[in-house]
Amino acid sequence: MPTVSAAFAPLRNWLMAPSWLIVGFFLVLPVLLMLVYSFLTKEFRGGVIWEPTLAAYDQFLFDRGLFGDAPPRLQWAYIQIFFRSITQAAGATFFCLIIGFPTAYFIATRADNAKVVWLFLVTVPYWVNLLIRTVSMKFLIRDNGPLNEGLTALGLIDAPVQLINTNVAVQLGLFYSYLPFMVLPIYAAVERYNFALSEAASDLYAPKWIILRRILIPVVMPGIVAGCILVFVPSLGAFLAPDLLGGAKTFMIGSLIDEQFKGNAGNWPFGAAAAMILLLLVLIVLTLYARSQSRSKV
Amino acid sequence: MGRAISMQALSGAAPAAAIVLRQVSKTFGDFTALSAVNFEIGDNEFFTLLGPSGCGKTTLLRLIAGFEDTTGGTIHLYGEEIGNLPPNKRPVNTVFQNYALFPHMTVWENISFGLQMLGWTRKDIDRRVGEMVLMVKLDQFADRKPSRMSGGQQQRVALARAMAPRPRVLLLDEPLSALDLKLRQEMRTELKRLQRETGITFIFVTHDQGEALSLSDRIAVMSAGEIQQIGPPSDIYEYPANRFVAGFIGETNLIGAKVTAVGKDVLTCELSDGEIVHARSDAPVSEGRAGSISLRPEHLTLSWEKPVGESLRGEILEVTYLGTDMQYRVRLSDRLHLDVRHQNKNNAIVAINPGAPVYISIADNAARFLVR
Repeated sequence: MPTVSAAFAPLRNWLMAPSWLIVGFFLVLPVLLMLVYSFLTKEFRGGVIWEPTLAAYDQFLFDRGLFGDAPPRLQWAYIQIFFRSITQAAGATFFCLIIGFPTAYFIATRADNAKVVWLFLVTVPYWVNLLIRTVSMKFLIRDNGPLNEGLTALGLIDAPVQLINTNVAVQLGLFYSYLPFMVLPIYAAVERYNFALSEAASDLYAPKWIILRRILIPVVMPGIVAGCILVFVPSLGAFLAPDLLGGAKTFMIGSLIDEQFKGNAGNWPFGAAAAMILLLLVLIVLTLYARSQSRSKV
Repeated sequence: MGRAISMQALSGAAPAAAIVLRQVSKTFGDFTALSAVNFEIGDNEFFTLLGPSGCGKTTLLRLIAGFEDTTGGTIHLYGEEIGNLPPNKRPVNTVFQNYALFPHMTVWENISFGLQMLGWTRKDIDRRVGEMVLMVKLDQFADRKPSRMSGGQQQRVALARAMAPRPRVLLLDEPLSALDLKLRQEMRTELKRLQRETGITFIFVTHDQGEALSLSDRIAVMSAGEIQQIGPPSDIYEYPANRFVAGFIGETNLIGAKVTAVGKDVLTCELSDGEIVHARSDAPVSEGRAGSISLRPEHLTLSWEKPVGESLRGEILEVTYLGTDMQYRVRLSDRLHLDVRHQNKNNAIVAINPGAPVYISIADNAARFLVR
């Protein structure tokens, strides 16, 4: 570590201490707590009884009938919720990418002082609480909300289009919540992109779309992947947008977990087990990605 | 600019011009980067655009490549107007200043990119790229990515990539400026060899007069968006068209002077401190005309005794050791200083004390009178 000056050398090992403390206290500890909870027995009014059991995982994966004495069958309900969550998150990621990439490219290619303004505008919605933004989205898209009334007034539609309580509404909510997470990393990558590469490709007889496909996108790929992870992961566990904008048919894993910890009806070990399964899934995806990256670097 | 114009006329008689620029101009907002540039570049020529940064030389190159649109004028490539074509439709290729190699592609993929875009067959591409990596001596490195190569190697990849599609004209934008001195000298020889072997017309942009003088068939000296002079290196150096060219190419003493008499070949000029010097001019000059005299330091000789023929008197101010040369700064009067350069040969390093009185003699025909 030649960059650490000699004066700080004795402190070297302690400089990371604050970060370790925060990561340990607010990340590692809660996750461990959930891990432990997922193996405990539920208390009926919320909370746990300190008796180790696999009941929570069993409940997630297997259906043992109403009284718990039938032969175990695979429990499809939760797995379906899982797949629906993955599909919704993938969809949100896709739409964020389709809209976010051109936006990021546009901002990154502005003059320096204009960039600052555009970036500021991208972050403006974040000055308002996510809950409030999601609720206002609900008002915007409801059957007699401004969107439907506007379209009707313009004569584009005869009757209100039902958006609220549909997958489209959840998509819209997720897209709106996480778009900046896509725009910012891609912006950073495109900002660093050397546009002489595009010129070189053009000089070597490449038409515009080939330059985009074979030069620009591969070179800024780390930014694209970072954006996709930053949108996909929180979308997967999101519960605000699905709860407020979707209905029973759009129930997602985040809402499922959320419900287990709410009020007296919850089941803490079950919620913790679902969270652990979700975490495992995310870790597997990220590990696979990291593997593929380190292989392509060689 | 009499001589420069005659040189242009001479080059006009050369075989088919590779590139013809007519009244080419380029403005960025209020800023005029190029104003009405005209010249022709011959087939197989090594042509250099030389000038300080901001003189418009890179803009001119980018106009020829198609990265910028001309504000006015026409560009013809072997008789065909290319001024309105996008870069990917122009049969010219560019070697970029910082190479602009595709970082996610290997050397082989970089070099084959242009060929793929031209729709060459797999077999032809492989053969051509094979030739190119051999030509730039990188056959060992074909599977490497650019980030794992040295600056000199990257430079050679950039050259191979640009030359692979057999462009009719190769544009080089300060290609050697990112290399260290030793490598730069090697690459100079390499460039000259490649140009001779391939017969491709090279348009080379540089701010380094040494590169320009040693590589070029002809040089266009540029300043403030205008061509100051076009000619072979020796003409540019020996017969500068104006003060700018004289000062930019090599070192020179520029002294304010006035013509007092016009002879058959020779002008009699009076320096600002009253001394008389005989000089030559390429432009017609009449008596009473004010201008400058350019005296190259290596055309001046110091002596203790008054030499036969024309000489100036002064005293030594400063002596600088430059390795191959000694440079003396000589004071002629309060306002007039001259730099004189002697080659260090036969260990003739003579320690001369500042303040010593000396005579400066001027080599025959060495003094040039410049109107502008």
